[in-house]
Order: sequence, then structure tokens, then C-alpha cells
Amino acid sequence: MSKPTKKMTLSKKHNLTGWAFLAPGALLILFMSFIPMFRALLLSFKTGVGAAMEWCGVLNYVRMFQDAVFIQSIKNTFFYLIIQVPIMLIFALVLASILNNRNLRFKGIFRTMIFLPCATSLVAYAVIFRSLFANNGIINLILVNLGILDQPYSFLTNTWSARIVIIIALLWRWTGYNMVFYLSGLQNIEYSVYEAAKIDGASAVQTFFKITVPLLKPTILLTAIMSTNGTLQLFDESVNLTDGGPANASITMSHYIYNMSFKYVPNFGYAAAMSFLILLLVAVLAFLQMKVGDKRD
Amino acid sequence: MKKKVLSLLLTGTMVAAMLAGCGGSGSDTGNSGAAADTAADTGAASTDNAAASTGDAAASTGDATGGEETLTVWCWDPAFNLNAMYEAEKVYQKDHPNFKLNVVETPWEDVQTKITTAATSNDLSTLPDILLMQDNAFQKNVISFPSAFTDLTGSGVDYSAFAAGKTAYSVIGGKNYGVPFDNGAVVGCYRTDMLEQAGLTVDDFTDITWDQYIENGKKVLEATGKPLISMQAGECDLIMMMMQSAGSSLFNEDGTANIVNNDTLKVVMETYKALKDSGVLVEVNSWDEYVGSFVSGDVAGTINGCWIMASIQTAEDQSGKWAITNMPSLVGASGATNYSNNGGSSWAVTANCQNTALAFDFLKSTFAGSTELYDNILPSGALATWAPAGDSDAYGVGNDFFGGDAVSAKIVEFSTKVPSNITGVYYYEARDAVATAITNYINGSSIDTELQTAESTVNFNMGK
Repeated sequence: MSKPTKKMTLSKKHNLTGWAFLAPGALLILFMSFIPMFRALLLSFKTGVGAAMEWCGVLNYVRMFQDAVFIQSIKNTFFYLIIQVPIMLIFALVLASILNNRNLRFKGIFRTMIFLPCATSLVAYAVIFRSLFANNGIINLILVNLGILDQPYSFLTNTWSARIVIIIALLWRWTGYNMVFYLSGLQNIEYSVYEAAKIDGASAVQTFFKITVPLLKPTILLTAIMSTNGTLQLFDESVNLTDGGPANASITMSHYIYNMSFKYVPNFGYAAAMSFLILLLVAVLAFLQMKVGDKRD
Repeated sequence: MKKKVLSLLLTGTMVAAMLAGCGGSGSDTGNSGAAADTAADTGAASTDNAAASTGDAAASTGDATGGEETLTVWCWDPAFNLNAMYEAEKVYQKDHPNFKLNVVETPWEDVQTKITTAATSNDLSTLPDILLMQDNAFQKNVISFPSAFTDLTGSGVDYSAFAAGKTAYSVIGGKNYGVPFDNGAVVGCYRTDMLEQAGLTVDDFTDITWDQYIENGKKVLEATGKPLISMQAGECDLIMMMMQSAGSSLFNEDGTANIVNNDTLKVVMETYKALKDSGVLVEVNSWDEYVGSFVSGDVAGTINGCWIMASIQTAEDQSGKWAITNMPSLVGASGATNYSNNGGSSWAVTANCQNTALAFDFLKSTFAGSTELYDNILPSGALATWAPAGDSDAYGVGNDFFGGDAVSAKIVEFSTKVPSNITGVYYYEARDAVATAITNYINGSSIDTELQTAESTVNFNMGK
């Protein structure tokens, strides 16, 4: 209809607007995240004390597999991952399906109570768990008064109990968080599906496994990847609850990286290399989970 | 249209602010994490206020050069070293009425993180003029970041007036980098009323060995049901105190690890295990729990650097029930004494200090030259390592909390007898490795295997 003018076409205009909106965020991410990440990658190929760094090739990457403490920290982290993530996700799923019941009373209160731990600071809750499980803490007090223990058990100075306390703490802190994802996922499942199942005589357990779980698969995948990522980067609990102890039995990879950078004689090249190993692990695990969990065509 | 212009403007400022932020800190050094931090800081600052990109630096350095006599100081304990700095400010202000201190309370862990971040990003402007440094971290920091600190050798401070063992912490390559501050001489603190129940007095704990200590401890345990001492699990404070009491270190003079063939360390580990096995020593999980255990009377005493007395004295209801003496000595270790050191710190002048003449003169006339200052801070438990202060009358006054004993004079006397040792650059690595070894040894592993592991861990960290 109209002849071409110097003005931009509508689609060009729209594109430009889109880019204008994207630019600030994208540039921020570029400068604040990707450029530092790239420089950290360069750093991981350097070695030296403090600020005096020189190129060393893949030495740092070879070095970490000879580092007994780092290998211990990988084992610890995977122990947390393998035990804690499945328990937490199952727990969250069960809680979510209970709380999704339309006939349940005081739903709001329960949901809030279960979600509330997520609003606490990581350091604060770790310190509180430390005092709960202290020799003169309330857990020991209860166990001794009930006659289960003769004298206080030192939870945080024994290898397995220290690890288990960390897992309990993680469960308390993160179950509610994952539950919220499942609850929102459940909102998208038609209630009529459940009613139909009920009419067909399906039990609660059958409904859970045949309807809830399959329909929630994308959400389960999402939470599994997020939890894996979070657990591999676990830091606050190891530092504040057990301080990595006893004898490095509960130290996590991030905690060791922190020690390497700030507590010990700083070796940033090595610390950066170890961080990239975590990145690699997260990427590989996420990829595997997506392969296994996502069967969409 | 107006909206469009506005949004473009906003976008523009944000991008500009960001670029400015990055440009400012994106210097040629390697540490991206630190660079990102500074970039984030400056970036955020310039969005808020266009002129604030160098605001922080100007606040700390501009004042010092601009005629006014202001110094910025970082230290961490309000009741102790912050208080000492405020008192020093008052002393110095008498001759320099324009002088002002800007003391910022900064926990030691944060001081360490900030030094590392500033030094690796080659942007020292975030550092204060003077900072307090843990003696154990002094070697590590100066050797890792030699350009971040100022050599104080020619500053006019008379180092011969300080205890030699104390000054040694801050001497690197023959140069003085610190002005010694507090004393960490080890004291044994005991609840006299609880000892009494076991038929003991504090004299039974003076000039004794660890064997006698355990015997006494068993009596106390039997009579009161309370252990004699508590220690934080996984932290080897007591181990290091025992080691130094026999003049032994985890490193040799040449910087190599001295763990596997260290006979003193073996004696120390055996002694520690015996303490734990007998029930005389109880391990707790955290510092709060440790302090809580003797303040609440769950244990009958403690052994630590003399600064621990500040924590003990918070239990006002126990006034008069405490006494101090020296620590037990090791049995079967050569050079064993009843004296040791734990903790303590020294003042360092950073390379960011623009008015070094003022900083030098301030330190010279206060912490290295004012008996008055040391008298004023004595009640807070800050005992001098500066010899002339020890002669002051204030040190002979009895302390009612400790049964009227002249504790200050006693501690100064202890501190002169402390054997000196080698901290080493890799102090914290060695300390953690030994802590791991002790934990495993207590849990049944053999002492030789564990020491072997500890030494290879330390060697690994040293890049060997």
C-alpha cells in the first residue's frame, strides 16, 4: 500500500525494542558473570603464591587428583548428594500432594510453616543446628532425660553423626523450598483427573504413582537439577555447622576451595581449577538427569 | 516518545556505569573473582551517584593527605583492641589536637579476606592505613603480598624494647613489618572452689607436668564430676601451646615441614590422647561452647593465652573463685618448660597509607612509647609486650577477681620465659593437618601413619 520510506519496518522496530530491553540485563550478566568466569578459567591455568602468578598449563587440574583432602571433599559432597537429594525430593513430593488436597483444613498455615525454613539465613540456621546438637544442646538434653543415652553424645565430633546432622539440617532447610515447586506444578494438573481416578476406585497410593508423579515429571526434573547443583556447591553448612570436621569428614568442595583461597597461603589458580571441576560435575550430572528424566519427543 | 527517550537514557546510564566500574578495576592482574567484586562495588556506587566511583578511596586516603591528620584502622574486638586504639587516640591527641582516628570494627576473617582481595586485584585503595594482624598470619601475608605492606624498619620504632620472641612474628627477610601489640602468654586458670572439693589448691597446679595434671584432674573429676579443661574439637590450640612450651615447631628453619620426625609432636599427641581418655579433658564443638563451659562451671578451669581472662571475667558471680598459674610441662620432651604462647597480634601499616610519617609517629608515640597507654588499657586485659610498660606500678596491683593476685605482673613474668618457635608461612595448613592427625589418632589410628599423612598433606600444600 504505502511506498517504502526511510522509516524502519515494524518487525525491525519491534526487534530493536526487544534488544533495548534485553541489553542492560544481558550486558550486566556478561560483565558480572561471564567475563569473570572466563578470567577464572585463564586463572586456573596459572600457579603461584598470592598475586605473583605464572602460566603452568594443566598442572592444577592434574594436581587436584593427587590432593587427598580434595578427594575426601568430593566423596563427602557426593555422599550428601546421594543420600540427601532423593530423601528431600520424595519428602517434598509427599508433602506437596498432601497439602494439595482440597479438603484439607488450614492449608495456608501448613504451607507457610513448611516453607518458612527457607526464609532463614543459611548461616543463622547452621549456627542454630550447631547449638541444637551441642554436647549440652537440647537434643542431648532430651535423649539423656528420656534415658536413651547415659551421657551426652558428641554428634559433631564423630564422623558419621556429623555427616548425618548436616543431612538433617539440609532436609529441614530445603524440603519446603522444593515443595513449593511441586505445589505449583500440581496446580497445573486438572482436578478432574483425580476425581476420575477416585470414581474408578484408585487408592491414594495409586493416584500418587500413576497420576501425580508422571504429570509432575518436568518439575521433578527441575528440582533434581537445582538440588544437585546446590548440593555440589554446599558451603555454609560445612563451615558453620561442623567446620569441616572431624578430621575433614564433613568438609565440602566449596569449603576446601575457600580454605585454599583465604585461610591458607592463597593459591587462586588451584582454587579456580577446583571450581571448574565443580562446574563440570554440575554440567555432566544435569545432562545425565535430562537424558534420563526428560522423555518428551 | 518521551518514555522511549527516558528508557534509552536509563539504559545508557546503566551501561555507562557498568563500563566505568569495570574500567576502574579491570587492571592487568589475574584474579577475576576479586575484579568482579570491585567492579560490582564501583558499578553499584556509580549508578547511585555519578561522582562516587572513587568515593571510598577518597574517604580513606583523601583525608590523610588533605591537611587533616586522620588515620583509618581495622581491628576486631570492641572490648579489647578497638578500645586500645581509642585510648591510643586520646594519648596522641594531647600533642596533636588535630589528630583523629577512624577505627572500623572488622572481624579477623574479614580483614584476611579483604587483604587477599585487595592485593590480588592490585587495588589497595580499599585497605585502611593501619590494620591489626594475627601474629600467626603475618609471615603468610607479607610473603604472599609483599607490595601491600610498609617496611617499618626505619620508622623510628625502637624494637629492642619489645620481647624478642614477639617481634619475631612480624620480621620477614630481616625487615620489621609490624608493631607488636598484645601478649599471648599462656596461663592456666583454675576454679579454686572446685579444686578445694578435691582437696587441691592452685599450688598443686604450679610448675607441674602433664602427668601430674592428669592425676589432679582425676581427683577433681571424682570429687565434682566435672572435667578440668575443655577444648574446641578440630582446633589444635592446646597442641600448639604444648609444642611451643618445649620450643618445638611444625617447621624447620629452612621452611621444610617438621612433622614425621618431630619427637615433641609425638609426646604432645600422646599427652592429648591421655587427657581425653582420662576424661580430664572434654572436647566441645564451637568457641561459644568452649567459653560457655568454664563460665557456667561445667569445667574446673582452662589453659589458654592470657587474653582468655577477659572471657573468664564475664562470669561476675565467680569473682574471687579463680586463680592463675603457669601451664603444665611435657614429660619426655627435650627443652620442656611451663611457659608458652597462644594468639596475639601486631599492628601493620599498609602500602595504601598515604601519610606514613603520621602513621609511624603515631605508633612510635603510643604502642611503642607510652606507658600511660598501656596502663589505661590494662583493665581490659591488654598486656604489654613493650618492656617499659611492665615496670609500671599498674602491673603490680592485685585483681580481686583472681583472689587479689597481681596477675598482670605474673603474666609479664611468664611471657619473658616463653621459648620462641618458628611460625612458618604454611602455619594454617600444618595446623589443620595436625588437627586431622590428632582426631584420627584419638579414634584409634596409629601415630606414625597419621604423622606421615599430615606431613605429606603439608608438603603437598607447599607444592612439593
